Amino acid sequence: MKEYKTITEVSGPLVYAEVDEPIGYDEMVEIETPSGDTKRGQILESEDGLVAIQVFEGTTGIDRNASVRFLGETLKMPVTEDLLGRVLDGSGQPIDGGPEIVPDERQDIVGAAINPYSREYPEEFIQTGVSGIDGMNTLVRGQKLPIFSSSGLPHNELALQVARQATVPEEAAEEGDEASEFAVIFGAMGITQEEANEFMEDFERTGALERSVVFMNLADDPAVERTVTPRMALTTAEYLAFEKDYHVLVILTDMTNYCEALREIGAAREEVPGRRGYPGYMYTDLAQLYERAGRIKGEEGSVTQLPILTMPGDDETHPIPDLTGYITEGQIMMDNALNSKGIEPPINVSGSLSRLMDDGIGEGLTRADHADVKDQLFAAYAEGKDLRDLVNIVGREALSELDNKYLDFADRFEDEFVDQGFDTERSIDETIEIGWDLLSMIPKAELNRIDEEMIEEHYREETPAADDEESAEELSAD
Amino acid sequence: MSQATQTETTEGTGRIDSVSGPVVTAVDLDARMNDVVYVGDEGLMGEVIEIEGDVTTIQVYEETSGLGPGEPVENTGEPLTVDLGPGMLDAIYDGVQRPLDVLESKMDSAFLDRGVDAPGIDLDEKWEFSPTVEAGDTVEPADIVGTVPETVTIEHKVMVPPDFEGGVVESTKEGNFTVTDPVVTLENGEEVTMRQEWPVRQKRPASNKRTPRTPLVSGQRVLDGLFPIAKGGTAAIPGPFGSGKTVTQHSLAKFADADIIIYVGCGERGNEMTEVIEDFPELEDPKNGNPLMARTSLIANTSNMPVAARESCVYTGITIAEYYRDMGYDVALMADSTSRWAEAMREISSRLEEMPGEEGYPAYLAARLAQFYERAGYFENVNGTEGSVSVIGAVSPPGGDFSEPVTQNTLRIVKTFWALDADLAERRHFPSINWDESYSLYRDQLDPWFKENVAEDWPERRQWAVDTLDEESELQEIVQLVGEDALPEDQRLVLEVARYLREGYLQQNAFNPTDMYCPPEETYAILRTIQVYNDEAFDALDAGVPIEDITDIDAAPRLNRIATQEDWESYVEDLREEIREQLRSLY
Repeated sequence: MKEYKTITEVSGPLVYAEVDEPIGYDEMVEIETPSGDTKRGQILESEDGLVAIQVFEGTTGIDRNASVRFLGETLKMPVTEDLLGRVLDGSGQPIDGGPEIVPDERQDIVGAAINPYSREYPEEFIQTGVSGIDGMNTLVRGQKLPIFSSSGLPHNELALQVARQATVPEEAAEEGDEASEFAVIFGAMGITQEEANEFMEDFERTGALERSVVFMNLADDPAVERTVTPRMALTTAEYLAFEKDYHVLVILTDMTNYCEALREIGAAREEVPGRRGYPGYMYTDLAQLYERAGRIKGEEGSVTQLPILTMPGDDETHPIPDLTGYITEGQIMMDNALNSKGIEPPINVSGSLSRLMDDGIGEGLTRADHADVKDQLFAAYAEGKDLRDLVNIVGREALSELDNKYLDFADRFEDEFVDQGFDTERSIDETIEIGWDLLSMIPKAELNRIDEEMIEEHYREETPAADDEESAEELSAD
Repeated sequence: MSQATQTETTEGTGRIDSVSGPVVTAVDLDARMNDVVYVGDEGLMGEVIEIEGDVTTIQVYEETSGLGPGEPVENTGEPLTVDLGPGMLDAIYDGVQRPLDVLESKMDSAFLDRGVDAPGIDLDEKWEFSPTVEAGDTVEPADIVGTVPETVTIEHKVMVPPDFEGGVVESTKEGNFTVTDPVVTLENGEEVTMRQEWPVRQKRPASNKRTPRTPLVSGQRVLDGLFPIAKGGTAAIPGPFGSGKTVTQHSLAKFADADIIIYVGCGERGNEMTEVIEDFPELEDPKNGNPLMARTSLIANTSNMPVAARESCVYTGITIAEYYRDMGYDVALMADSTSRWAEAMREISSRLEEMPGEEGYPAYLAARLAQFYERAGYFENVNGTEGSVSVIGAVSPPGGDFSEPVTQNTLRIVKTFWALDADLAERRHFPSINWDESYSLYRDQLDPWFKENVAEDWPERRQWAVDTLDEESELQEIVQLVGEDALPEDQRLVLEVARYLREGYLQQNAFNPTDMYCPPEETYAILRTIQVYNDEAFDALDAGVPIEDITDIDAAPRLNRIATQEDWESYVEDLREEIREQLRSLY
């Protein structure tokens, strides 16, 4: 392999070098610094005689005398089933002190698009055991459902709870060995060592590590490496799903750090910036990640994505959440106000949405009354929340009896339905029964979104005691 | 196998000079603007978008990883064209008209590989051709010379290509032929086949564009009832994510009473396209009970497919639409979403380092949007038939901000605006079309049709609904301050009536098998019934009945259930009677 000592410019994460042979776009590069370090990079732009290289490990220590080697292939991820249980760094090297990874295959991390014709529409319910998700914004296999959060909110706890509890109820009943079928890929981008420790401790404590592959790019790792981490994670996920028949849940955190890295590279290349300095191609770039979720006709496995992003300034219209929302199939919204009320998990169910929900619930999937109960809960909760504004002005006494019922409903909905704690797991039956407990506070005639027969079957004529959480749980246990 | 791998260095072959994402420059290439070229050893498809001296800039429709300087670039000498002929319906294409099912079998993989080419229509399949002209007839360009039963629903008309001279027919054939076999021969030697090619960026000629006067009935109450679109009209659906753009587009594609539907999924979600692919063959055409796919052609360029193909997919769609229009059909094209198309333009433009206009979009954004929407309309075709192309474009404004360039430039052109509202969506009011902000400039020219075909008083009823909803918005502002109980009784009754308008009339459940499609007669009947309740209730109020008693009658909540009744006609009649009885018994 030819070595070049032709570096002409080093700027931020980029290195420019002269070459006398054609170098392919996106191909891998190794740069050896005079002090003996080897850094890896990728071709960002290839011209006759000149290439721009983006260096993953940072450009510190690179000078004009550093030698450049072109590997002649694009970045590949060594994949094998043995990756389960392993901890890797952001560019796929093991950091858990375990044995060398012997790959079955080496797959291109860019990943080709799934032919829409070959996809299978996702409609199998995944039970996360979290009422705010299962009941109101159901996750299905093959979906990409991000968690929109902001700094200081317990999104990591929610992600861990989902990773721990996620099951596909039907199969659990039929085969009993579904645990071996489920795999979790965890891709961390720019998280702090402390957060990383929390994740690792939880994985080890619950034994979830056995069925997980962990990719760790920490806050002090080079930003450029972050652009590779999710692709490594997703390539592994696709391999496990479509070649080894696993149902893979991919958790990516934090997408905001990923986008910051994109912006950094864009700025270093002096590109024309789009909104708020993020590159104009960020939509395409994010789509190439998020769209790597789904099911394929004739394949057993599936890739489900749960990316986490913190909204800068809690602003939903910021380009990162905005573009994400346009690509993903809904979002789970975390809420500051609920968090300060002590609701765990603080999911704002009315701001959340699961686009694939309607096809994933109902008779044979969850329960026949699920859709109607969900619609009614949404409507009643919205009504109650609206009235809260009014109460602040006129006081409770000025409201009608019905309005007061809606107000109580909204409070109890948050306290009993949404607030379940990070360690409680609820079956979908329990979730829907709690829904009925709450709806029974409201007069039957108001339940205009539920089929009359279902009201007859489930409506509780005697409203259970409002203040006691235990009684609600008791009722729902049957 | 693409052509580039089959033929070694032919004339007009250049080589790659630089590669940056989807933009490649080549030197020594003899090409015209917008010519299609095959790039690299793998023969990736691309299009010339800039020529400067010896350097030609190409946008590549496929992933460019691994492509390097020095690899060959071959010119086809032709602009991006689509194949037009029988077989386009019931098909699903990518952005450059490659059939996705053929690609799947050619690549033998669920993932889209590179450098694989496939014709837009099957060249080997035989179609049953029946001529409608005979030897001795004179035909002009664009004239219909025969028919082919393309699907159970649609009879495909074979036309003389517009660039032929035309003349006297020498001979015709009848029977089963492939699309490349000549079926009609003219005396001047021109041979008409069932297949034509047309460059996508050029509109197909027509003799005259007329004012549209027939509504495109969508079966959606809020659209037909309040904000109708004409056959040959244009509409925009802007809305933030999660507000139901795609569900609305799907409902329109399923139920609009056009002959042909072209659905362009431009830069949207893969799973959503799959839903369309799986749903449409199972759904029935409300007009004739045939499968919906028999009148539909899908173009799917999902958000992770190459960006350059996203730029071209709306043109591919509208060219196919125009072809069916030329046969005399009413075509509706749904583009979801035009913002992704605009962003693809922006992305390419920024790779070309062009001077950006507003928010980084290229300065020609407005012109391109206008050119695209202008290809819609109600046309008198060159061959004397009449046909229409209606265009319904979804817009995805960042952060739901309607003041951004794509929304604004679109609104300057389209005549119907269906504003989706995140607040309504959050309340699960679907379709979440905001009745205050939406408008239709077709109302006046469509009223005569509604009067004649549905009800003489259609415009008046609609006006009553609009007025009531307006009054509600005003009253709501007061209610926010003082509470509903502080209002006088008549105003509280207005709020009650408006609530039924919102819940029973404007809301429509796209997932309920009965409610998903509402014929205009039922739309009218529901509105009329709510007005009956309104009139009777005000009479009761005038007679001194307390408001609580009026709003409490059993019959009233049933107003919200009309839409889900299969036998709505008798239900409506009973309900009106009951409302009258119950309210009159109070005084």
